[in-house]
Amino acid sequence: MIDIVGGVLVLNGALLALLAAVGVLRLPDVFTRMQSSTKASTLGLGCLLGGLVLLHPSTEFVIRAASIAAFIMLTVPVSAHVIARAAARTGAPLWIGTTVDERPIEESEDSGRTL
Amino acid sequence: MLKVLLLASLAVLASSALLLLKRIVAGPTLPDRVVAIDLMGILIVGFVVVGAAATGSYYFLDIAIVIALISFVGTVAYARYVEMGGAEQE
Repeated sequence: MIDIVGGVLVLNGALLALLAAVGVLRLPDVFTRMQSSTKASTLGLGCLLGGLVLLHPSTEFVIRAASIAAFIMLTVPVSAHVIARAAARTGAPLWIGTTVDERPIEESEDSGRTL
Repeated sequence: MLKVLLLASLAVLASSALLLLKRIVAGPTLPDRVVAIDLMGILIVGFVVVGAAATGSYYFLDIAIVIALISFVGTVAYARYVEMGGAEQE
């Protein structure tokens, strides 16, 4: 029984990863694509690791799965922020239906280009 | 039953990698490609996790940790490259 639950959880995580990929393919501009990618992939990998732990409930698996989950949940927002800032600085085009653009009109050249 | 579920999730992960490959090839700007490559790294970690679940060997998870680390560093490097101007596009 617990095997079936774990397998269904793994399949659920894979379906969430597919949702992230479809979002990256279908959404209109780079910022919305990043939204889909980070949210769905974090939850999808969390479901995959949860299913793995249910399938193999031993210390080695639990420690490694928890460290992967913690690392992914720490680094995915950071990397999304870094890419979004790079895209905004280089003037990536926005979707035609965007109503609010809070980027400054005239960003000076020396406005803190430090990573 | 469990084997069928794991095989189905591998197939779903493979099809999402194909969709991402389409975005990497077609992506109109460089940041689009960087987003797709970042998600591809997470998908590869997912492949390795499903492999660990199927074989029952926890050595795969060490590899998944290393891939996640290197993918993060690579994404930050790509973003830095985009910010410095890329390959002088347009």
